Amino acid sequence: MKVKMLSRNPDTYVRETKLDLQKVPRNYDPTLHPFEVPREYVRALNATKLERVFAKPFLASLDGHRDGVNCLAKHPKSLATVLSGACDGEVKIWNLSQRKCIRTIQAHEGFVRGICTRFCGTSFFTTVYTGIDHHWKEPLFATCGQQVDIWDEQKTNPICSMTWGFDSISSVKFNPIETFLLGSCASDRNIVLYDMRQATPLKKVILDMRTNTICWNPMEAFIFTAANEDYNLYTFDMRALDTPVMVHMDHVSAVLDVDYSPTGKEFVSASFDKSIRIFPVARSQSREVYHTKRMQHVICVKWTSDNKYIMCGSDEMNIRLWKANASEKLGVLTSREKAAKDYNQKLKEKFQHYPHIKRISRHRHLPKSIYSQIQEQRIMKEARRRKEVNRLKHSKPGSVSIVSKKKKHIVAVVK
Amino acid sequence: MSRPRRTNFRPKNTHILKKSRISKKLQVPKKPRERKNPESQRSLSGAQDPFPGPAPVPVDVVQKFCRIDKSKKLPRCRSKTRNRLKVAETEEEETSVTAARSELLLAEEPGFLEGEDGEDTAKILQADIVEAVDIASAAKHFDLNLRQFGPYRVNYSRTGRHLAFGGRRGHVAALDWVTKKLMCEINVMEAVRDIRFLHSEALLAVAQNRWLYIYDNQGIELHCIRRCDRVTRLEFLPFHFLLATASETGFLTYLDVSVGKIVAALNARAGRLDVMTQNPYNAVIHLGHSNGTVSLWSPAVKEPLVKILCHRGGVRAVAVDSTGTYMATSGLDHQLKIFDLRGTYQPLRARTLPQGAGHLAFSQRGLLAAGMGDVVNIWAGHGKASLPSLEQPYLTHRLSGPVHGLQFCPFEDVLGLGHSGGITSMLVPGSAEPNFDGLESNPYRSRKQRQEWEVKALLEKVPAELICLDPRALAEVDVISLEQKKKERIERLGYDPEAKTPFQPKPKQKGRSSTASLVKRKRKVMDKEHRDKVRQSLEQQQQQQEQQQQQQHKQEKAKPMRARPSALDRFVR
Repeated sequence: MKVKMLSRNPDTYVRETKLDLQKVPRNYDPTLHPFEVPREYVRALNATKLERVFAKPFLASLDGHRDGVNCLAKHPKSLATVLSGACDGEVKIWNLSQRKCIRTIQAHEGFVRGICTRFCGTSFFTTVYTGIDHHWKEPLFATCGQQVDIWDEQKTNPICSMTWGFDSISSVKFNPIETFLLGSCASDRNIVLYDMRQATPLKKVILDMRTNTICWNPMEAFIFTAANEDYNLYTFDMRALDTPVMVHMDHVSAVLDVDYSPTGKEFVSASFDKSIRIFPVARSQSREVYHTKRMQHVICVKWTSDNKYIMCGSDEMNIRLWKANASEKLGVLTSREKAAKDYNQKLKEKFQHYPHIKRISRHRHLPKSIYSQIQEQRIMKEARRRKEVNRLKHSKPGSVSIVSKKKKHIVAVVK
Repeated sequence: MSRPRRTNFRPKNTHILKKSRISKKLQVPKKPRERKNPESQRSLSGAQDPFPGPAPVPVDVVQKFCRIDKSKKLPRCRSKTRNRLKVAETEEEETSVTAARSELLLAEEPGFLEGEDGEDTAKILQADIVEAVDIASAAKHFDLNLRQFGPYRVNYSRTGRHLAFGGRRGHVAALDWVTKKLMCEINVMEAVRDIRFLHSEALLAVAQNRWLYIYDNQGIELHCIRRCDRVTRLEFLPFHFLLATASETGFLTYLDVSVGKIVAALNARAGRLDVMTQNPYNAVIHLGHSNGTVSLWSPAVKEPLVKILCHRGGVRAVAVDSTGTYMATSGLDHQLKIFDLRGTYQPLRARTLPQGAGHLAFSQRGLLAAGMGDVVNIWAGHGKASLPSLEQPYLTHRLSGPVHGLQFCPFEDVLGLGHSGGITSMLVPGSAEPNFDGLESNPYRSRKQRQEWEVKALLEKVPAELICLDPRALAEVDVISLEQKKKERIERLGYDPEAKTPFQPKPKQKGRSSTASLVKRKRKVMDKEHRDKVRQSLEQQQQQQEQQQQQQHKQEKAKPMRARPSALDRFVR
């Protein structure tokens, strides 16, 4: 008879000394790992819950201004430097890693309306009555007031002035990729796009309400997002301005500022309801909302260039620093931590649609004012929608045109 | 002096927005990577690769790692979902091939026993095997003669390293049977009906005469659970941390040992419960009844999930294999049957035994052991997890007393038997899975590894509500029904857009809201709705008629045109 018994040599399974690593043989046969799906589901549930437990996004509050912070500017070469302009004309330069003010300059006597840094990082520009933005590559900058002026740094007169319409322009932004393009927001509810090479305006889109500011997507050359007074943000594709790519609706008061993440996939918006929200570009609901009892109306917001932090300047003279991912662990992670983080991320992604997990990951605490405003606005929207449906139902078919929700907010596009 | 121009640098973790309407650039066609012809691939020495291409992988091994059931048809879905599913399928193919290749790294081979020249393996005695095999394996065969304290029930811990046994007259002991180190030995002064290890070797559950007791592995009594009274059988569901108890009173009780709560107490309504086993694939409890049926239970459901009629007389023993495909039952009608559990619940094999089998057990590799009186028969199939053929037994063994419990040791080629003369450990070459997974159950784990494993297992404890016949039910594509869609829509909008609130006429002033005028207004609205309905149905009828006419026209046109009508036409059918 031929016989062989299964016999294992313990030396191959037990470590020799205390200083060695433990030996862990692996067998990936599915019969040895029963209940894969329920166990992964429980792991995903735990990962989602822990994400909420560790969601502590507030990092620091930079104190020092003596009046409300009106504008922020990032340093193009240094991640830790940030400039802020206040309503009493003070400009402060901060170091974010030490969380201290390095320098204070009394730049103006009135509001510092606009601040921007030069692309080389050696100097910055501030303005009092107009908005300002610097070219991303060349020594040119643009200001807006009654018209959009393009200035050369060396000359005293603007190189060219562009205007369309008779109203004042509140903000101007250069496109970071197609650097000859500019966008501006005027107080007659329109957004105008200009071409610097031809020194003419290109197109304009008229919305229902005034846009406060726009921001260009740093990764997609033709996408920009407009922060509007009607509590929404509109992401437009420059080539087709008749419908917005996405309407982002989550704020309960006017949206004052918007800034893109350097990856181009998300942006942060600051609103008159004392909160800031982070939106993914492709979705109309926000993924995150940051608020504090002490933070009043948020006037300006910036996303740092390393995609990790968000700074917001508010009415009550403070600049706050937040994490972009609320539950992220900062600092250097060990390889085991990284592996666990990646695994948990993938689990949350895989099981994100299951009802319990969705409920937990979407849950955010909101201050009572915002919460009650949301309920109220929902009731108002329902009523409007119901009336529209009734109007459609009871009128002659074809007499009432059905306008899509996205197009509803756009009045006209003019070339 | 001009600086060298930097080429477009795109950081690694960015990707283009899927929704962005990228302008159509001139697509430079990518050259497909040319497969080097075997003739042209020559090394410096001029030799050719004798095995060109990637190494072949056996198809059945690749099939083992495939989890997607391609035969299931998915409902109509959007193109985005369909694309995602296609991508998932291709990924699964690749990963299953890689996993199949990783099987090369498995170190151990399973055991085997073959007779020479037509020798019947069933006639081989344990003593012969012990002689022919190495010392370490020979030491795995031992006999404990314990006649004093009654017939014994045995249980191995999940890693297979520790053995617990309990005698009918109260003798309870736990030991590490490989090193023969005794952990504890006590007498509980009461009849012991069943004994089970809980999730690790640290805790023991003993079903004593009156109540259920939990002991530490040092013999210290930790809990006495009085809600579980007169328990005859115990089963521990390791991934749910549930201890299932079957009692004489006919109740099947599930106790969560991590929290210490009774999750469900189900009345099986079939009298005394004597026969119980678990299905390790889906954690469903199989109960055998005296009317020949086997019922399948889950703690979430009050009624049995399935009831299978197995035998003419009562069912005496049930066993389910580790993959949950086969169930072996034996009854008072001296039959031993194997049923198919996935799909049809039909018997696949049947065999009449001279003496009914009172105890059954499956091993990890699909061997079936049956204890009939004081004889143990083991049947084997061909290869791992195949259906054992009940024609010829693989091994047999005669004990000194009738068998009262048997279990295959998880990762060793050993069958543990409890009988009225004590405990016997029998060698069964080829019964166990040779390669264990260190992160699931590791017989060589240290104390620290055990502690880490216990914490992780507790964190991923599956809730009892998820026990059902198909453990992969959570991963199925959710086919949302029309009613569910309607409910979600109502939730989302806040009101039901299709709800017909009965028309309430607005009360008017100046005598215009008398009863008669209210009734008239109501009638007006009702008539309008009625007219709409009639109009709709008329339109539908018209459309149907038009369609029918069109079809008729088409049919007529399809008929071949006759040349000339003749007098004999009236005879054509």
